[in-house]
Amino acid sequence: MNAFQRMNTALMVDESKKIFKVSRRAFVDPDILEAERAQIFDKCWLYLGHSSELAKPGDFVTRSVGGRNILFARDGKGHLKAMLNTCPHRGAQVCREKHGSAKSFQCFYHGWVFGLDGTLRSQPGDTSYAEDFKERSTSSMQQVPRFESYRDLNFICFDKNVESLSDYLGPVKEYLDVICDQAETGMTIVGGTQEYSMRANWKLLTENSIDGYHALTTHATYLDYLKAASGALAQVPFEGSARDLGKGHAVLEYKAPWGRPVAQWIPSWGEEGKRELARLYEGLVNRFGKERADRIATFNRNLFIFPNLVINDIMAVTVRTYYPAAPDFMNISAWALAPREETEWARKYRLFNFLEFLGPGGFATPDDVEALEQCQRGFRNSAEAQWNDISKGMGKENPSYDDELQMRAFWSNWNDHVFKVPA
Amino acid sequence: MSDGVTAMEAIARTDVEDFLFAEAELLDEWRLPEWLELFTDDAIYYVPATDLAVDASPDNNLFYVADDRFRLSERVKRLMKRTAHAEFPHSRTRHLVSNVRIRKHVGDEIEVSSAFITYRTKDGVTDTYFGSNRYRLVPGNGTFRIKEKRCLLDSEGLRAQGRVSIIL
Repeated sequence: MNAFQRMNTALMVDESKKIFKVSRRAFVDPDILEAERAQIFDKCWLYLGHSSELAKPGDFVTRSVGGRNILFARDGKGHLKAMLNTCPHRGAQVCREKHGSAKSFQCFYHGWVFGLDGTLRSQPGDTSYAEDFKERSTSSMQQVPRFESYRDLNFICFDKNVESLSDYLGPVKEYLDVICDQAETGMTIVGGTQEYSMRANWKLLTENSIDGYHALTTHATYLDYLKAASGALAQVPFEGSARDLGKGHAVLEYKAPWGRPVAQWIPSWGEEGKRELARLYEGLVNRFGKERADRIATFNRNLFIFPNLVINDIMAVTVRTYYPAAPDFMNISAWALAPREETEWARKYRLFNFLEFLGPGGFATPDDVEALEQCQRGFRNSAEAQWNDISKGMGKENPSYDDELQMRAFWSNWNDHVFKVPA
Repeated sequence: MSDGVTAMEAIARTDVEDFLFAEAELLDEWRLPEWLELFTDDAIYYVPATDLAVDASPDNNLFYVADDRFRLSERVKRLMKRTAHAEFPHSRTRHLVSNVRIRKHVGDEIEVSSAFITYRTKDGVTDTYFGSNRYRLVPGNGTFRIKEKRCLLDSEGLRAQGRVSIIL
């Protein structure tokens, strides 16, 4: 046990005085990252990928999740499999392509061949092995300990005793339903992955992804752009609320003036867009009634799923996950999610909208990267300047979308994990 | 043979190189409003995600950048502001252009490819961007205007660089 863990907390909290502070050592201390890996990333459900990425049997992607190399594949029967991408023989990565379609996977080192579900099919020189060698479970690629899905979002967990994904998500599911229900035939990942990084602690991106407070200053140029683009704004003010969804999950749900491809019209989308969005909205009313249709169509959601998944249903829908390589460096992967049945018109405007704000080449995300990296630089002073303040909105009955309740929800749960006394 | 065709066929690679070197200089000297003037009124500027086909469309694929002429002009406006935090104070860049080839003549345009290495340095960190640029250029008045610039990054994503807040 290191000195920091002996402190038993990284938080300074006094509800009556509306004090909520986070120790800046949480962002810089290598011992903290080690504890996070062991007690958060090895214990919680982590996002792996979307079912639509593996459209047909044999399709696969490889990606890094929670520090492991995972092979995510659809087997011959159409079932999704999440395997540890390592040869049971001597450890080499079996599949070395980022994505593709295969009939089997072969480790090139000694030529072992595995089925799409990871089962050993053949190995050169098999007469030199025990008779029952192929039947031994240790001869095949290992499945991840737990693998479950909700609405085509696939999660894995390295702790075989973890609660079910459904229990883990709890009230998050209702928000995922609202997001996914904008599609009649299911959501799909659009081609193209944004892979980038930040020289910043991973928790800074958690905070930033659900931070309604920074928009007006950090994203001043994005808002300038919307004002300059004729007809890019609907007559809708920013307003909404934040909710703690338990277990560190949180959500902002709010109205905003940007266009939403399902379904908030802005004048620059013209008459064709107006007809298209009216049709989509009518479809929502028919399926869900007016109240839920309005919620799906006109409210934005920044949904945070503990510990490292963000699904933002804003001017487009993005799925974003991130993982620390070091206390001051994280890798990020982001995708665009869209209704499968969407028309060409709507898909085009969705993606145009997405890039306006989102991603490392957008008009907003690079400034978030800058802000987070500047925080990390500021933390070099953490021996003296020790605390972050996230008390905004404490004590309010209905915290606003630009208060910091959702960050306090994250930090409280994070603190419980990191400083939990091992059983 | 019309004069136009004669003029097109007379375009030498060195003419294109001169133009691309001048473009690089405008970017490195942060003369972005002048750089924008190199583009036609219907121009597009693309930086696709790196796991896409080279001719992928931003209408149905996720890119890093897919600007029409209006958004490109807004990108330039943004980059000239103090509130473009990612680029304030301005980073220093060096755009190196090489391997320039005229690929083909199509109507009154030429298709050109080049290789690039761009260094960006700021706050003690230097990032390298590398790949190829595909241009559609319209010759006229002894120079060219850019109708399309498509930057195809060779890196696997932007893992090392984190962002593409400069113009490539």
